[in-house]
Amino acid sequence: MPQRNLTLLNLLTLGIMLIATGLVFFYAPTEREMGEVQRVFYFHVAAGWIGGLAFFVTLVTGILYLRTNNSRWDMIGYLSVEIGLVFSLINIISGSIWARPIWNTWWTWDPRLTTVTILVLVYVAYIMLRQSLEDPERRARFAAVYGIIGFISVPLTFFSIRIWRTIHPVVIGSGDPEAQGQMNMTPAMRFTFIFALIAFTVLYACLLANRLRLEQMAQRVEQLKLKILSA
Amino acid sequence: MIEARALTKTFGLKLVLKGVHLDVAPGEFVALLGPNGAGKTTLLRILATLARPTLGQVKIAGFSLPQAASAARQKLGVVSHQPLLYSDLSAEENLRFYARMYGLGQYEARLTAVLDQVGLAARRRDLVRTFSRGMQQRLAIARALLHEPEVMLFDEPYTGLDHAAANMLDQVLRDVAARGRTVLMTTHDLARGFALANRVLILARGVIAHSARTSEMGLNGFLQTYERVVNERG
Amino acid sequence: MSAVNAYARTVAAVLWKDLTAEIRSKELLSAMLVFSLLVVLIFNFALELDKAARENVMAGVLWVTAVFSGTLGLNRSLALEKDRGSLDGLLLAPVDRSAIYFGKVLGNWLFMLTVQVIVLPVFSILFNRPILNPMLIVILLLGTAGYAVIGTLLASMAIHTRAREVMLPILLLPVTVPVLVAAVRASSAALINADWEDIAPWFNLLLSYDVIFIGVAYMVFDYVVEE
Repeated sequence: MPQRNLTLLNLLTLGIMLIATGLVFFYAPTEREMGEVQRVFYFHVAAGWIGGLAFFVTLVTGILYLRTNNSRWDMIGYLSVEIGLVFSLINIISGSIWARPIWNTWWTWDPRLTTVTILVLVYVAYIMLRQSLEDPERRARFAAVYGIIGFISVPLTFFSIRIWRTIHPVVIGSGDPEAQGQMNMTPAMRFTFIFALIAFTVLYACLLANRLRLEQMAQRVEQLKLKILSA
Repeated sequence: MIEARALTKTFGLKLVLKGVHLDVAPGEFVALLGPNGAGKTTLLRILATLARPTLGQVKIAGFSLPQAASAARQKLGVVSHQPLLYSDLSAEENLRFYARMYGLGQYEARLTAVLDQVGLAARRRDLVRTFSRGMQQRLAIARALLHEPEVMLFDEPYTGLDHAAANMLDQVLRDVAARGRTVLMTTHDLARGFALANRVLILARGVIAHSARTSEMGLNGFLQTYERVVNERG
Repeated sequence: MSAVNAYARTVAAVLWKDLTAEIRSKELLSAMLVFSLLVVLIFNFALELDKAARENVMAGVLWVTAVFSGTLGLNRSLALEKDRGSLDGLLLAPVDRSAIYFGKVLGNWLFMLTVQVIVLPVFSILFNRPILNPMLIVILLLGTAGYAVIGTLLASMAIHTRAREVMLPILLLPVTVPVLVAAVRASSAALINADWEDIAPWFNLLLSYDVIFIGVAYMVFDYVVEE
């Protein structure tokens, strides 16, 4: 991506994130039962959404890499995992911050939380796999395969744990009668929620683009080094 | 029978084969020589369909790789410096397994025939674990001959063989060549390669640097040529 | 029809080869068996439980044992192929490579099952629970199948890495959580002879997992073994 476009994207991201933050803290009403801490929810879910999106991107780029052998797909997939992991961790930590005053515990083994934790483990394994392989072509291939396997396993993991137990607040409808901590959103909250999702998506694209540029420059340096050393 | 055009292979940023052109006619016995690290094994693995080229075209018995790789494999017999055998199975069990993998019907007679050809008929029931390196190599050749391939690839087959075993291998190779198969063999043993082959190729620095018929020169002349070619450009 | 025959023939050939070699050397089975028994013993000492609690954890311990000894078997099974270069021998054959994969999966599955069959009576004694339970057997079959399917695929990748055997559990365990959860829950239910309604969701989950990943592995195995 040319430098000028990248700078525009950076500025756009900065702007939209500022607006989102403003909305979360000043526009959205205070939740009746949970109080101020509920505002974490907007960032928490948005971060979780980005985690999922990032790993989905890795799934797609993995398939594309296997079909085309173009290492650019592999690079995007790997960088997406990096970003996805960061956001998943934000998701877990923000969830903890939210949970403490509400459920009086830092951690619970409920389906969503557990699934995200396992998701983190899968993609940490992905990174460890990459670091353990030297041949770049094999590394890209194996990473693509594991990215595909990992992503497919996650819904199954989620269902397996969900059939098992649940106390996580159910935002997007489930008829599960045992779920505690229901939450109903006013229009203002809903607006903030959607806006935060969009803002985070833009943030994701921005981070990915920047990181991609960085990685491409690093590769150029490597190539130049090799050229000089072998001349 | 074996054709390569502009064959290039990279491992990451490292260029191993830099545009190899190769032609082996049916029935020819070609020895591929070259220093360590020249890329002989890489080239052979690509021809054996075990690796993919980064760029370039390869054809085995008319089949283009990698698209028609499966069809090409039926025509290929490969002997690597590793025996590719299962040490907990007997000689004949190993052959039986490969006969099945190559889809041969009525293979028992063929098993006996190849075992005879490599001189291992007496040891057919023994576990490969008990075989010496020379015997393992001979069994590996038997395995490669099972499906009567038109093209045979040998990667450093003399590695680790003592004098007697090497002589026996010579005999087997001559036998194989006499039956009209196309053979490409890589080896460090310049003299042996020169003695067995119709033609020698020198792979240096990722390209075929020299090609010559063995009938056109003596061994000494060739050795000098080899030194010159390999030491060119430092 | 002939293509299907050829495929089946390849799978059978690979399976037969693995079984014969293993019967001779008993390398995998003995390691897995001893390891399983050790794990059971360690659990026995590590978890000081009263009789009731002990009966509750039986399914869990059973599957943890299966998971760890399974990893051992998977590693060895593929390391053997790679170290002697015989993987190349397999790849040289003019066969559909996924057939090789399924042959190996069947072999690994059988090895895991064999170990389970031998270890179960030990469980029965230590945990004071009868194990002759058809539902439990079915769950064992499905659960180990899922594990073997993914395990064989990932082991094929792990042996190429620097960390080798250590890499497999790291890759395998996070993605086999559904199998573990479903298998343990279903086994627990089976052991107390629960109704089908209680076991059904777990059963379905195991089945789905197996089917989905057999499909994925079929599509992806070629990419794992090519160079």
